[in-house]
Amino acid sequence: MSSQESRRGGYVRSMDGWWRRDPFFVRYMIRETTALLVVVYTIVLLCGLISLARGEAAYNAWLAALASPWSLALHALLLAGFLYHTWSWFLIMPKTMPLMFVDGRKVSPAVITGTGLAIATVVCLALVVAVKLVAP
Amino acid sequence: MKRSNQPIYWSLFGAGGMLSALIGPALVFITGIAAPSGLLPGLMSYQHILAFARNGAGKLFLFLIVSLFLWHGAHRIFHSLHDLGVHAGTLAKLLCYGPAFAGTVASAVALLALGF
Repeated sequence: MSSQESRRGGYVRSMDGWWRRDPFFVRYMIRETTALLVVVYTIVLLCGLISLARGEAAYNAWLAALASPWSLALHALLLAGFLYHTWSWFLIMPKTMPLMFVDGRKVSPAVITGTGLAIATVVCLALVVAVKLVAP
Repeated sequence: MKRSNQPIYWSLFGAGGMLSALIGPALVFITGIAAPSGLLPGLMSYQHILAFARNGAGKLFLFLIVSLFLWHGAHRIFHSLHDLGVHAGTLAKLLCYGPAFAGTVASAVALLALGF
């Protein structure tokens, strides 16, 4: 906008709550919000790591905090956020990765998303089973 | 032409995003829900986690989780600021990437202090 226009104070459409105008934008904002949840979870982990370095008493205090109802509720929210992150990450992957060709034909977006989600599901289940096996 | 430093940020964002998309839900479930509610007894005991963090591969795993997740979040938050009507200038950049850098250093220091 030029300075001439702004001095006349022409109509400027408000951008407040722009993302609520369209379900596509709402999904976009939820997807971006998962970044905040990833950071919150990482801060919890980092606190655990630092308390581990500070000794057994500090670490056990962190473990006790993790077992509180507030922490369990927080982690339920974090889990929902991470699941949405996984879902949306592979949903937009056909647009974020370079074009992929198999036998000279472009791989369809549905195949890319489906493969990504399948791999994530297998990896997550494998991790939970592996952890169950190594638990003393 | 001056070289852009953006590829560094978005490759960290991409790596963290991919890692968290692949194993994030399982990690949150294990450390935040299953272990604290007693479904995996002894898994996160001091001795067990200390041994894991002193193992080279375990150390690398923990470092990559903490640092890449932080860079992923920082980058995405920084690029969402404009959508929320916040000017994404130098100060905002410092406030987003600064904590990610600090967290990366803190995790490295803690992991090295634990010894091998």
